Parts: sequence; structure tokens; C-alpha cells
Amino acid sequence: MSVLLIAEHDNKTLKPFTLNAISAASKIDAEVHVLVAGSGCESVAKEAAIIPLVKKVLYCDSHNYQNYLPENLAPLVTKNADKYDHIVASANTFGKNFMPRVAAALDTSQVSDVIKVNSPDTFVRPIYAGNAFATVKSNDKKRCVTIRPTSFEPAPKTGGTAQVEKVDAADVPNFSKFIKREETKSERPELGTARIVVSGGRGLESGENFKLITDIADKLNAAVGASRAAVDAGYISNDHQVGQTGKVVVPDLYIAVGISGAIQHLAGMKESKIIVAINKDGEAPIFSIADYGLEADLFKALPEFLSELNKLNTIQK
Amino acid sequence: MKILVAVKRVIDYNVQIRVKEDGSGVHTDNVKMSTNPPDDNATEESVKLKESGKVKEVVAVTIGEEKAQETVRKALAVGADRGIHVKADSYIEPLGIAKILKKVVEKEKPDMVFLGKQAIDDDCNQTGQMLAAMLNWPQATFSSKVSLKDKSMEIVREIDEGLETIEVNLPAVVTCDLRLNEPRYASLPNIMKAKKKPIEQMAAKDLGVDIANRVQQLKVEEPPKRKAGIKVANVAELVSKLKNEAKVI
Repeated sequence: MSVLLIAEHDNKTLKPFTLNAISAASKIDAEVHVLVAGSGCESVAKEAAIIPLVKKVLYCDSHNYQNYLPENLAPLVTKNADKYDHIVASANTFGKNFMPRVAAALDTSQVSDVIKVNSPDTFVRPIYAGNAFATVKSNDKKRCVTIRPTSFEPAPKTGGTAQVEKVDAADVPNFSKFIKREETKSERPELGTARIVVSGGRGLESGENFKLITDIADKLNAAVGASRAAVDAGYISNDHQVGQTGKVVVPDLYIAVGISGAIQHLAGMKESKIIVAINKDGEAPIFSIADYGLEADLFKALPEFLSELNKLNTIQK
Repeated sequence: MKILVAVKRVIDYNVQIRVKEDGSGVHTDNVKMSTNPPDDNATEESVKLKESGKVKEVVAVTIGEEKAQETVRKALAVGADRGIHVKADSYIEPLGIAKILKKVVEKEKPDMVFLGKQAIDDDCNQTGQMLAAMLNWPQATFSSKVSLKDKSMEIVREIDEGLETIEVNLPAVVTCDLRLNEPRYASLPNIMKAKKKPIEQMAAKDLGVDIANRVQQLKVEEPPKRKAGIKVANVAELVSKLKNEAKVI
């Protein structure tokens, strides 16, 4: 009985959500093994080996895994799946992309986007954009599970001494090719892991006006989010989108500005610890889930908000 | 070239779903149903490729109860040439759906299969990838830009970090993001014409694939309700609450 967790990384360091996935995996079974597949990624294998919850690291180095093409990665996972009852990865665009290929190859029905592990075969997962929670029991012998990273605490990073075992690469089909990745560079914290998120919606009325949001975000060392309406209107790029079709965030503080609170947006942020809503429409649905609501014109409220923040002696980082 | 586009009938995205009191699922009686939104993007892209002259035929397929045919009719009304309805009376997991689609692909021999990236009811996000694996084809998931070449496709994908560009050889499976295109509305004359387009029917159970569900749904419940908090009078009060009460800044 053990779990094979597929690590997400950039060939240099582990992606933060891998730590959340490891902690979820450890709730399924204490024997957590991590597969680090990549190109020139020995430092990642070493980083995984000192995570106390990790009992063993499988390390596979090949240029075929440099960009985690699912057509290449899935056969490697499948080949190493024999000894494991569970194959686990994050339910982000990394895990969502390759895991169903593994499940199909193993003829097992995948359980996606788990937010709670009840037992090794029973899980809770959101359906209908988080408007219902389903408790499901997997009757497969081998289980492929993706976990929603923000529903689990990150595992501690250091103190462990797991053995690193090299594994051979698998055959690759050679019918897909990576061309390029355009990562949105930002000095601000990453949206998925930020402690504070400041989001703007259609109420901002233009891309230029998002400066009101970014000014506050910079003052609070926060990430910048947006509603789908703001993204579709072209105010801001889609990697900022919070919601069912964007990112799910669970920050300590979520500030929604000029966002009415469509179901699809709420699905991405309603688990935040503290929610603030600033909206001129007092009837906006966002107020029904906000801890603190301010019914005001955002074009007046945001500059005031910034000047009030400037008056504070200290701001938590 | 030929495209197979898969469409699913789901509860309309504007409907606030209600969980059944006995925990057995959500209410679907007398609830507005429509095509899964990203499946509309899949149909639109298929039809656009046909209009560009590169694709000769678009076949729309759905799997589900009698009324699921409506989703195929809608695809026919916006430009698909013919339809296939695989009848199934109860819920089938993505694994079983992928096996059925594989059978349809073996019969139809398309160069591409287009699907939505995810269904908005079970939110599984599995079918396209599973189908690609079963066919031993490459896949392009979360596609927001599709450029068809002679023997391959260049695809821009939406990933957490931003955008990724890949090239996949044909045949391939493409799962579509909402940002791929703007699905058109069917005109009344086209809706009328679509009624004359053929829809072939077959039963899922006759296809000779194992579609038994492996994951048992034990219960469905409402998520914990979040209570509305308070309204503050002004910005100064808001900042003071965040600093001194919630202690988050």
C-alpha cells in the first residue's frame, strides 16, 4: 500500500503546489513516493528527498520529460505504477493534462479535484462549480486521484532523508512537440499561493483603471486577480482570472472590487478566510458572502483605501 | 479532413443548482438544460475549420438519454453535417464515455476529435485526455488557439503560468477552452434545415465496451454556507476592521 505522487517542477525547483499534493497524498497512505521526471532536474530530486513526508524519490532524467508533454510523461508514470495503489497529482493544468492518460492506460476511473480524503478509497470533491460536494468511493484496485492543492496545507520542506532511486525513461510516441511557454512575469506573489488577493471586475471599466487595483496590491504585497467579465472585456490577461474556469484561490484576505459575484467567480474564491467586497450596487450577490462589505463607488473608495493604508505604521507581509 | 465533435447535455450554466434533500444528487426535473458551454466552442471551431475549406465534414456526437439529441441538433444548426446519438439512460463516467467515443472514432475515422475541456456538471476534466490515450493519439487540452496545418496542428494552450504553444501530429484530440472562439447563434432557417440532417442512433450497451461505473457516489450535499458579514460605513472603518478585528493586514 503506497502512493506515487507526480511532482511538478521547472527542472530546477519544485512548484509550491507539489507540497500541498504531498500532504494530501500522506492522508491517503503514509508511504508516499515522489516521481521527479524532467531534464537536468537532479536538484529537484534532492529537494523532494528532504521533505519529511516523502519516503522515497523516483528520479528519471531525460530530455523527453523537459516540458512534461503528457504523451511522454504518462507512459513513464504507467510503467512505474505497478507497485502503487494510488497515483496522485495536483488538480492544476499540470495534473489535469496527463493524469487521465494514465488512468485510461490503467483502465481505472479517475477521481478529480479532491478537496478531502476520508479514507484511502473515499474522497470529497466539488461538482457543479463547487455548488455541491460529492462524497465518492472508488472501487478500482488502482486509483488515480488529482487533488485541489488549495484544500490542503503545504507539507514541511526540510528534515527528511528519503532515498533517491533512478528509474529508466519510458518509450515516447514522438507525435507531439513543445514549442514555447510564455509565462506571465510578475514581481507580485503568485495568484495561487498569495496571502492576499486583490481582484477587479467589470466595474473597473477599463484596463487602465486596473492601476487602482495594482496600487493596492503592491501596498499589501498581494496578488492581482480578476473576474471572467474583466478578462473577457480585455482589461487584464486571463492568467489573473479567479473562478471556475480560472484559478481557485484560498488567501487569508480576498478583496473583490467591482465584482458582482457570479456563481462562476464565487467558485474560485469563496473559501478565502476573509472576504471584502467593494461595490456600488448594494444588492450585488458578492455581499452575501463578504465578511466586510463596502457599498461605494470604487473610483472614490480605492484611492481612499490606498491613503488609509499609507497611514498605517505597519502592514503584514 | 474530417472532425468528430463531442457534445454533452448538462444543466444550463445560468441555473442555480439545488441539492436533493436525500443526498442522492441534484434536482434535474424541470430544470433548463443546454449544451455544455466549452462544447459549443468545440463545435464552433470545427465549423470554422470547415468554412476555411480545410475540413470537409463535421460529425457531432452525443451520449445520453433521448433528449441529449437536442445538443446534436444544436450542433447541426450551427453547421455540423450529420449527427450520432449514442443512447444511454444513466450517468456514465468519463472512462466509459471515452471508450464509447473510441468506438465511434474507429467507425468514423476522423482526423481530429474536438471536445469541451470540461463538463460543468461533474467537473471531471478527463474525457478528451482518456480518449487520446486509448487511441494512442496526441492531445491538446485547454486550447485557446488552433492553427491547422497539413499533417499537424499548432495549438496555444491556457496553462496556470500563462500560455503554452505545442504542435501535435494528426490525428489528434483537442479540448477547447472558453476563450477559443465566440460560439455563433443558430439562425431560424438553419434550425429548420438542421431538422432534416440525419442523426444516426445506436445504443451504448450494444457497442461491446465495459461502461460500468467504478466510482460510487455515496452522497451529494450543499457546501457549507458562508454567512454574510457586516457592511462598513466607509473606507476608514474597513481598514480598521481589517487591521484590528480580522488582523489580516
